[in-house]
Amino acid sequence: MIAGIDIGSRSIELVCLEDGRRVLSRRLPTTFDPHAQLAAIMEGVAPRRMAATGYGRELAAQALSGNGGGEVRTITEIKAYGLGAAALVPEARTVLDIGGQDTKAIRLGENGRVLKFEMNDRCAAGTGKFLEHVANVFQIAIEEFGAYALQGDEALAINSMCTVFAETEATSLMARGHRPQNIALGLHGSIVKRTLNMLGRVGLEQPLVFAGGVANNPCIVALLTEALGAAPVIPAEPDMLGAHGAALHAAAFEADA
Amino acid sequence: MSEASYHEMWERLNLDLSAHDALLEVLGKFYGDIFMSQQGRLQGMEYLDFVLSEVHGLRIKELRDAQAEGRKVVGTFCVFVPEELTLAADAVHVGLCSGADAGTELAEKMVPRNTCALIKSFIGFKMAKLCPYTESCDLIVGETTCDGKKKAYEAFAEVAPMYVMEVPQQKRAADRALFKAEVLRYKDEMERLTGRTITAESLARSIRIVNDRRRVLQRLNALRAADPAPISGRDALLVNQVAFYDDPVRFTQSINALCDQMEQRIAAGEGVAPAHAPRLLLAGCPMAVPNWKLPYVVESSGAVIVGEESCIGTRNTRDLVDESGQSLDEMIEAIVDRYMRIDCACFTPNAERMDNVAALAKAQNADGVIQYSLLFCQPYEHEAIKVGKRLDAEQIPSLAIATDYSMEDVEQLKTRVEAFVEMLK
Repeated sequence: MIAGIDIGSRSIELVCLEDGRRVLSRRLPTTFDPHAQLAAIMEGVAPRRMAATGYGRELAAQALSGNGGGEVRTITEIKAYGLGAAALVPEARTVLDIGGQDTKAIRLGENGRVLKFEMNDRCAAGTGKFLEHVANVFQIAIEEFGAYALQGDEALAINSMCTVFAETEATSLMARGHRPQNIALGLHGSIVKRTLNMLGRVGLEQPLVFAGGVANNPCIVALLTEALGAAPVIPAEPDMLGAHGAALHAAAFEADA
Repeated sequence: MSEASYHEMWERLNLDLSAHDALLEVLGKFYGDIFMSQQGRLQGMEYLDFVLSEVHGLRIKELRDAQAEGRKVVGTFCVFVPEELTLAADAVHVGLCSGADAGTELAEKMVPRNTCALIKSFIGFKMAKLCPYTESCDLIVGETTCDGKKKAYEAFAEVAPMYVMEVPQQKRAADRALFKAEVLRYKDEMERLTGRTITAESLARSIRIVNDRRRVLQRLNALRAADPAPISGRDALLVNQVAFYDDPVRFTQSINALCDQMEQRIAAGEGVAPAHAPRLLLAGCPMAVPNWKLPYVVESSGAVIVGEESCIGTRNTRDLVDESGQSLDEMIEAIVDRYMRIDCACFTPNAERMDNVAALAKAQNADGVIQYSLLFCQPYEHEAIKVGKRLDAEQIPSLAIATDYSMEDVEQLKTRVEAFVEMLK
């Protein structure tokens, strides 16, 4: 068995492959004790080879190297998503990942080769964290927030991409008596607008694979489909794509060795 | 010289001693982590380590000693200030501190928050009383290269002896005439400051001194085209940075010795980076001491930097002043011609910079280019778009990064730079 781990700011994902087929996937929150969470997610799993990606990749490599599986290699999320997308959707030419803390747009060539990429920088605007924050303001579970926003019939413009100021803007729209569903729709729209800019900068080419936790949000998917005129390809368990890519990297490394 | 007598010197310069001690301690540690941890460093870098360890000590003492002999010290921020004239008037020409966050809150009382880190830094260093260079200057020479600097010098003039040169923003005949008038005005100012007359003889000598320093830096840069790279990008940047502080004649000798060692290394097929390490050119804004953040991130990601297309790099060294002039007038003309060839992003249009970046990437055998701009540096952020398109057309991969001196985005930078390096492997 070969494993890939994707340790992000919000969650840790583990994917195990057997002959290239996914045999196990697990997910845990990262929390403030990532070492304990890494140990918990590896419970009962003893892969031959392993690679780590995500914000905490170095930490994971240090914590998990020598655990019977030898040295844990690291790759960036960009490469991991490229590898994962190319394996699951071989014809993919662009990958969009909206995770807990970053948004990434990646243009792919043959075999998942990364041609160009864009990432948001030091701010969490337009990411899963943003949605989580505003869903909390609406007192709606994050899993249901997309469906709630789809009940809106008028997308109100939210101009601020700053999480804190967007909340202020939403509050003042509520004070003016707007339907909360329309405000929620506007908040989703602001993320999609920002995402489209990023896709434009890498030179979007279809088919587009949409991954990361936010790909589970039906409102983002619907708005993206409407804007692009084509539905993005969403892999099963879209938040596992990075870990899947890392596992493929570990497999490739094993083949080289 | 002892630490205690340095403290006396710093006290006489009216530095904030405890804050300055803290700064030196942080810098020392930072330097150790970034430079001293490198494997297989050239022996000649010991000179640079020494100069940097004494950058606020021995070098300042040299400036003070020069002043005791009646010489003047001129501080600058830009490669447009014609050093040849400063030296011809027997004054000392130094670059000023602008590469670290210092006194930011004090600086933000004098310039808007949305000002680039370099400008905030030189103001902050002054306001927080941390820069012995600024405090040693008899005159500080600014220039009108960008709006941020232009307006900052107005504020700076309230706290320091300031002189501002006008740099044109186009390259027509009228602009050259304007710049020539500014060069002559600077000559007069140097003569006024020092009480010395600049002669054909003294100017010819200083043109040679400054050209020799450019030549040795050209030599160093040419040697970096070798594969594997004979020197790390960090060390080469340090050499370019120290060029702004050190005595030019002594610096030229030491770097020639360093280049001899690089030649031996190249002849032996040795280098600092593993074979097949991606080779990168940095292009854009200058990186002033101790701004080593991006080079460190890049070289910790398994790549090696093989050139700096910046004012602390090839923009400072590519062109020489013609040495054939005999009369003072001919030499002034040659100086004007040389400085008007600088491809600073403050010029419009600035098509030659696109050619220069692409040509340098090829000359250095670079696999890709990282464009670096300081946040809020409009000229270079604009040109990053144009340079990016040009590099795309030449099929040279590039990555554009806009950042500042803070460490808060280091993890994000690492991910981007590592992903770019993965792309090139």
